[in-house]
Amino acid sequence: MIRIERRLSLKLWVRLCVPLGSLLVAFVIITLLLFLSGVGAWSTYSAMISASITSTSGLSETFVIATPIVLTGLCATMTFRMGIYNIGGEGQLYMGAMAATAVALELHGEPGYVIIIAMSVAAALAGCVWSLIPGLLRAYFSTNEILVSLMLNYVAGYFISYLIFDSRSYWRNLTSAAGQVYPIGKTIPAASWWPAPSLGGVGIPLGLMVAIVLAAVCAVCLRRSTLGFKMRTTAGSVSAARYAGLNVRRLIVVVMLISGALAGIAGAVQVGSASHALDPTGLEQVQYGYAGIIAAALGAFDPIAVFAAGLLLGAINSSGSILVGPSFPIGLTGTIEWIVLFSVISGGFLLNFRVRWRPRASGHKAGLGRGEPTVPSSSEPTPTLAGGIGISKSTQVTERGAR
Amino acid sequence: MTEHLKCADYGPTPSISAGPVLQAVNISKSFPGVLANDQVNFELAKGEIHALLGENGSGKTTFSKMLAGLYTPDSGTIYIDGQPTALPLPRHAHAAGIFLIQQNFSLVERLTVAENIVLGLKEASLSRRKYKALVARIEEDGRRYGLDVEPSAYIWQLSMGERQRVEIIKALYRRARILILDEPTTVLTPQECKQLFAGLKRLASEDTSIIFISHKLPEIFAVCDRVTILRSGKSVTTADVREEGMSPHRLMGMMFGREITLSSKEPAEGDHAEDTLVLDEVTCHNEFGRAVVENVSFTVKKGEIFGITGVSGNGQRELAEVVAGLRRRSSGTVAIAGRTVRSGDPEDAIRAGLSYVPEDRLGTGLVPDLSISDNLVLKNAWAPPYSRFGIVDQRAVKALAVRLISQFGIAGQPQSLVGQLSGGNAQKVLLARELTSEPKVLMAGTPTRGLDVSATDVVRRLLIEAAKSEIGVLLISEDLDEVLELCDRIGVMYKGKIVGIVDRRLATPDSLGLMMTGMTA
Repeated sequence: MIRIERRLSLKLWVRLCVPLGSLLVAFVIITLLLFLSGVGAWSTYSAMISASITSTSGLSETFVIATPIVLTGLCATMTFRMGIYNIGGEGQLYMGAMAATAVALELHGEPGYVIIIAMSVAAALAGCVWSLIPGLLRAYFSTNEILVSLMLNYVAGYFISYLIFDSRSYWRNLTSAAGQVYPIGKTIPAASWWPAPSLGGVGIPLGLMVAIVLAAVCAVCLRRSTLGFKMRTTAGSVSAARYAGLNVRRLIVVVMLISGALAGIAGAVQVGSASHALDPTGLEQVQYGYAGIIAAALGAFDPIAVFAAGLLLGAINSSGSILVGPSFPIGLTGTIEWIVLFSVISGGFLLNFRVRWRPRASGHKAGLGRGEPTVPSSSEPTPTLAGGIGISKSTQVTERGAR
Repeated sequence: MTEHLKCADYGPTPSISAGPVLQAVNISKSFPGVLANDQVNFELAKGEIHALLGENGSGKTTFSKMLAGLYTPDSGTIYIDGQPTALPLPRHAHAAGIFLIQQNFSLVERLTVAENIVLGLKEASLSRRKYKALVARIEEDGRRYGLDVEPSAYIWQLSMGERQRVEIIKALYRRARILILDEPTTVLTPQECKQLFAGLKRLASEDTSIIFISHKLPEIFAVCDRVTILRSGKSVTTADVREEGMSPHRLMGMMFGREITLSSKEPAEGDHAEDTLVLDEVTCHNEFGRAVVENVSFTVKKGEIFGITGVSGNGQRELAEVVAGLRRRSSGTVAIAGRTVRSGDPEDAIRAGLSYVPEDRLGTGLVPDLSISDNLVLKNAWAPPYSRFGIVDQRAVKALAVRLISQFGIAGQPQSLVGQLSGGNAQKVLLARELTSEPKVLMAGTPTRGLDVSATDVVRRLLIEAAKSEIGVLLISEDLDEVLELCDRIGVMYKGKIVGIVDRRLATPDSLGLMMTGMTA
């Protein structure tokens, strides 16, 4: 029978080797896949690496793509660490982008740094508003925040589409020639474009620096602050948090607001560094909000690791878009991305659990008490997502084979 | 599991042999990081009641689960009627006639007694005639062994004692030859215990063998023939309970390798101390609108231990939650140290001076996934000296942890996770935090449940010391011995009401037991 048991302790080398091993497994599977689809494996790899890491333009592109993913990753991390699941980073990012664009257009003529700061603040507030809805509903009416925040993604998506495609709104460009042919958003003033100072030819976007600072702030918050302590307590046991006199409702709202602000800033970054206009189609295509959740899971909900995971996803993303061509179907890039993610996430599972195989005793004969519904009891508390993928901690999670 | 072992294959008629019905030789079982059973030897004769005695964590439950096919031994052999037998799954144990009745019962609450009894058997689809036969059988067993239950009642309607009877009848219906009862008396009133013991003796006289797991010594003398003692995973000895010179003290000595007597408190004489906890006509409704606490009034004086007892599930837990502010009260007032606390506000109760050791130790009182040091500052991490400007001062927290770990004799490091501590150690962490917050009132819900004798004694001593230092102690416990040895006054709860409050000097187990069933003494 196969048993999955939780590991009690982890050595450092295991922690380091497992992610690398996962990437190796992904590498083997992808090579096989590329071979089967008749695309040269080595040329593909070298193209991918050059398109995302080794070429200066590629690396710059990677950074631009990675920044919003890191921020939405932090957005997911901050709630998931408390056992609250804000899936609404996508919608909060849209609302942030909308607010940032409006502010940039409105402040036309002001100095760049004023506009950029105003954009960030407005975007953070818009993200807050959008995350406040599931936050309040969860805190005071115990509604499922996963469903509410997910549904609000669609609301936000349709709303910004409406602003550009179905209305003559403030955001829509109705004057330019292109804008009369196909609905597009107004371009924000050049002064408000987020700078990307060059470092040896590689552009380091301002947004990335903001993301680094925010990741560090989140890390300190989770590890050292009283807020982080309250979050850990609540994640460990809501009833213990209540017992200790914590206002769990207020805590949920506060954490949702922080989370929404992070996703909102991701929207400002996207407008300031990449699209320079409200671009619903582009935003919906890249799905940075959802990519952030994957980055968060990949980084085991640790802000610093989430930052690294965001960079990895950014690299995969940017290489994928370069590869697509007549001989390389777009489906294949997606497949490659997901194989990498799947391997790393499964690796994370193996990091926390181990699978044991034991030969089953032979020659059973079913007796009287057939199909007795007696199962090994596990009275241990429900786990949280912190530190891995949440699965029961009981020593006997699954028994298979001998049923 | 080695190949030559034969699996259990017993038909309806058990084979008869002279030797022991069950014999376990050199059984070992380890879990990651723990050797739970270390070369355990055990022997069960036909028709005997054999106690398995040991403190918590001594491996009793692990051993019984191996006999029941829930765990597989790492090494060693189980012989049934002299045949080496592998029991890889519960159904093999059942086929061999071995049934384990666990502390939390495996019954389907939304099915009736009769349905639960046939659940999973071939005759699960009941024709009217078969059903009548089944009902007759249940009633017959009930009369014979004192296990009366109503066959058509739903499980959720039954008390814990009745559910236990259903489990036993279910096992008998499946032709149990060996019954394993894991701490069967924890959920019973004294009267129910007596009834159970009579039933077990009757069963044993009809050749059913019973393994009786307990850490309560009087029970072992009341019902068992022999006793095997487990100490830290090893079987220390097997003794005849009725042997000359056998006494609870001797057994205790064998259990621990030394003798221990539990601390008790002399009842206070003519106390004129002032009240520190006052409940006035407190009523509380649960989520379904049913009154779970009804018009409860009592006071706890400074330096007094006031006991609340009753059969589990009669509102004691809810009462504690109301006092702690974890549950809203529908009417009435709770005053702590002279101040009425707000309903449903735990923080207000804490500020008024309440310390609370909840029944749910790991999960409410402590966070298992956090370290000892984090758990020690669970209620004040966000205030100086443990944090400044929103940042936790790790050094201050660690210093506190180091101090309390040595002061309370907690076996662990500041950074060890509380979830990995033994029950007794976890309870020490909880008490350390609650007692160092300079409380006016200490409320403890079943604080010794599941603890071994030495840890129980530590908890008792801490409660007594708390009372000596002028704290009003409210002890909510189902353990009558504990209540009678510690409390000055005892209130008995039944269906959400206080049936009566008696002076400890006038109370006896029998009078309290009667009150626990709703009768006023």
